[in-house]
Amino acid sequence: MIQAAVFYLFATVVVASGLMVILAKNPVHSVLWLILAFFNAAGLFLAIGAEFLAMILVIVYVGAVAVLFLFVVMMLDIDFAEMRAGFARYLPFGLLIGLVLAVELVLVAGAWAFGDLAIQARAAPAPGANAGLSNTQAIGTILYTDYVFIFQMAGMILLTAMVGAIVLTLRQRPGVKRQDVGKQNARTPANAVTITRPVVGAGVDTDVGVGSGRTGQ
Amino acid sequence: MIGIGHYLTVGAILFTLGVLGIFINRKNIIVILMSVELILLAVNINFVAFSVFLGDMVGQIFAMFVLTVAAGEAAIGLAILVVYFRNRGTIAVDDVRQMRG
Repeated sequence: MIQAAVFYLFATVVVASGLMVILAKNPVHSVLWLILAFFNAAGLFLAIGAEFLAMILVIVYVGAVAVLFLFVVMMLDIDFAEMRAGFARYLPFGLLIGLVLAVELVLVAGAWAFGDLAIQARAAPAPGANAGLSNTQAIGTILYTDYVFIFQMAGMILLTAMVGAIVLTLRQRPGVKRQDVGKQNARTPANAVTITRPVVGAGVDTDVGVGSGRTGQ
Repeated sequence: MIGIGHYLTVGAILFTLGVLGIFINRKNIIVILMSVELILLAVNINFVAFSVFLGDMVGQIFAMFVLTVAAGEAAIGLAILVVYFRNRGTIAVDDVRQMRG
């Protein structure tokens, strides 16, 4: 009973906030609705018993991806009203496609039942409740053994994404003064200092280049 | 009793909302990226539901990899968006034809 109540609560909120994500006028509000949707999806995962993924969802999506979206939305100066043009034009077509898609998906998936073949073909059967293993332990047991190479590859994908994002957004601005340690260390008194002994009243010729080695008499 | 059909229905509705969001926000690539995130979330809900109700942990492992790819995709997409905005001063993407030869 309580399971059904929790499921319907989280499911309702996740669908409603998903709807608000695509309908909100302001993308900042969209991001905030997206955060709510992720939180409630994490609640759904918790209710079904996938605690590790629920926490990962909160940490990765809410903590990293949504904040990244928020940063970009607030950083760019965009006229959001102009972005809404064409909303009504695409709405009927989008609704038609969405309706067809939703009906098909619900028809296919709504009455799902596992056959015996699928149950026999399980690659890593979940430990039962009396096995004493938590969901996190069960995931770690197979993630670091059977799927370690795929795990490493996921790390490589993240590294590639990080390097790619940095390379894309890095900008070399001309005319910015920065400290160049190598240049500083290569500088010696011989090419940095000149000793002059000007004639009284004549002053120093400032055109004398630094490091030219010319000294006054 | 909550069965797998309930979860799959939530996943289907979320997936549809994501596709609909891509259609009705054709100009705003930020909302399009968010819609893609919604779609991937729907896929993850399906993976986890199948994993739990079949009793096979592999579904949750795979959902984790989907999460990884989604995070990388969001980072790269937003980086491209920032560069595009820097070059063009707008993010209207319904008429992007810079790369057309």
